[in-house]
Amino acid sequence: MREQPPQERVRNNDEVPFGYSPEEAILEAKRCLMCKNPKCIEGCPVEIDIPGFINFIAEEKFREGVNRLKEKNILPAVCGRVCPQEEQCEQRCIVGVKNEPVGIGRLERFLADWEAQQGAPELPVKPKSTGKKIVVVGAGPAGITAAADLVRLGHRVDMFEALHEPGGVLVYGIPEFRLPKSIVSREIKYLEDLGVKLYTNHVIGMIKSIDELLEEYDAVFLGTGAGLPWFLNVPGENLNGVYSANEYLTRANLMKAYLFPKYKTPIVRGKRVATVGGGNVAMDCARTALRLGAEQSIIIYRRSMEEMPARNEEIHHAEEEGVIFKLLSNPAAFHGDKNNWLKEAECIQMELGEPDDSGRRRPVPIPDANFKVPIDVAVIAIGNSPNPLIPSTTPDIETGRWGNIVTDPVSGKTSKAGVFAGGDVATGAATVILAMGAGKVAARGIHDYVMNQK
Amino acid sequence: MQIVERTEIVPNVHACKVHAPDIAAKVQPGQFIIVIPNEFSERTPITVADWDITEGTISFIFLDIGSSTNSLAQMNAGDEIYSLTGPLGKAFEIKEYGDVCLVGGCYGIGGIFPAARALKEKGNRVVCYSEARSKFLLYWNEKLEEVSDEVRYATADGSLGIKGHAHDLLKKDLKDGTRYDVVFAIGCTFMMYLISQATRPNGLKTIVSMNPIMIDGTGMCGACRIEVDGATRFACVDGPHFDGHKVDWDVILSRRKAYLEEEIVSGERHTHGKS
Repeated sequence: MREQPPQERVRNNDEVPFGYSPEEAILEAKRCLMCKNPKCIEGCPVEIDIPGFINFIAEEKFREGVNRLKEKNILPAVCGRVCPQEEQCEQRCIVGVKNEPVGIGRLERFLADWEAQQGAPELPVKPKSTGKKIVVVGAGPAGITAAADLVRLGHRVDMFEALHEPGGVLVYGIPEFRLPKSIVSREIKYLEDLGVKLYTNHVIGMIKSIDELLEEYDAVFLGTGAGLPWFLNVPGENLNGVYSANEYLTRANLMKAYLFPKYKTPIVRGKRVATVGGGNVAMDCARTALRLGAEQSIIIYRRSMEEMPARNEEIHHAEEEGVIFKLLSNPAAFHGDKNNWLKEAECIQMELGEPDDSGRRRPVPIPDANFKVPIDVAVIAIGNSPNPLIPSTTPDIETGRWGNIVTDPVSGKTSKAGVFAGGDVATGAATVILAMGAGKVAARGIHDYVMNQK
Repeated sequence: MQIVERTEIVPNVHACKVHAPDIAAKVQPGQFIIVIPNEFSERTPITVADWDITEGTISFIFLDIGSSTNSLAQMNAGDEIYSLTGPLGKAFEIKEYGDVCLVGGCYGIGGIFPAARALKEKGNRVVCYSEARSKFLLYWNEKLEEVSDEVRYATADGSLGIKGHAHDLLKKDLKDGTRYDVVFAIGCTFMMYLISQATRPNGLKTIVSMNPIMIDGTGMCGACRIEVDGATRFACVDGPHFDGHKVDWDVILSRRKAYLEEEIVSGERHTHGKS
């Protein structure tokens, strides 16, 4: 797919890949073998009829294609951009055994973008009302998916969002250059057109308890997402200039600090920025730093390139843009100046030892090999625990070791009757599409539950 | 959310009443809201100072101090606030303590009002300490007097009460034999620090209402982290109330200053009317 050249794109916040033209899309769609027993669908957490929509593209029936896609996936423009297709649908593509697999994600994105250019989307036939009322807490990927599935089954769905904008991680976390916010608002608008009532600025647990919601609604879905960021617990982490990834990205994306001072939320525009971590979020932070004017953006990761959890595409884009990778190293301390401003990271040099519980080789510090990196901003992108607000205000809901809400993987049921959950709040930090898959599972669980109530 | 009333009650300090029936029905003393005056503003945490369930309103006090609060200071009755979320944070624990001392300065004079009211209703003896640079900067005196057994004043110029600060007055009272079972303080960080220093020698339990920079305020971003008893805590969900004798004051004082330069830039832009 054609892309903005690296030297140019690090100076703007526009999207990196341009997307297929109709001709390119049709050509790509024709590479699909239309397998009778398609393996790709098995790899899709939201069960999209992949050969089905691709066939429509090949036949140039884009409207039919997008409608087929949206039967299962409420966020095609988002998923086409941020799903790790290479380890899901595309990994199982038969064409991929000998050649490049079919570009399923790119085709998905193509249809969604094509639809947006056609004006208002077609709405499915309004289902017969079941008379059931369901409340979805959290307007992120899990909640949006659950809400869409439930409203299309004929339930009344109200959705509460704590922030002032719906979208969850899609608006506060993923940067504009990877997922334009106009796309997110378009997909949310579609959700509202389906009949979902959305209320922003509502922090459930505070303004209303889960028990109060259960008095008003037949079932509750909790998709409250990520919570408190993890830190390294090393000295100097509370110096000015040290951010969690959540804070750094929230300032830049949701609060639009890249447009400061038109938008009033500031962000420290470091000259030398170090991001600690090796996931997609770390890549987002390192690339955001460049766009905020950093002269050097460094990734500090404690293992080697091979173990890095980020998608290859993200690592590749980061490398192209000039992000420097300091591998097998980890900060041992941050040092500040007399005004408590960060000035350097002291790092440990590691080597790989025996495999650990995760099967990856464990990094082991090399003695006396500490080194210092002068930096003025550090972003800690090593993950987060699930959001604490619902567990802390709902004492009778079972939580796991990390404060996550325990759910039944088949139905999304929690230990509390009528309450279901999915996404990061249940599993800990994962991907957009896994949260969407969990939303889908829970929607099915909720439907069974409310329809079998007396 | 619609503004019902916005008045500059003393120079640079504004009281704002907003129609927010759901919040009015839920809010407890010591909790806060997050206000975004207009599309461009920051998410600004503000302590709730009063509420009326029948009327369906909440009130809060704020200082016109940065570009976002400056925007809010220019809004009037009938204007819609872009976003207002709450209640947030844990409430003060309202129970029978015995003799309670509440210290308020700046916006905190309003902040201690609902705590005084609730603690008095619980049967405590409530003494409020209200401080400002001068008498004309004190506000809500009658309101506080109505719900307290006594209100004691400290002004830097001595125009009302003792000449000095709240911690000077508290120190003097403690020395003169006044006994309190607990102290609550809301106001600027330095005032809360000085109050904690004043009560430390006596081991008098002192709860302070931390006011670090926040973004989401719901336990997601970690901007509001402070150090308490050697551990990192998040003021938005773990607080905002902490033991003043265990707070690392250097950390909070320096973290609050993180964006002084940016404040000047966005403030200038504002004054020149370019936003």
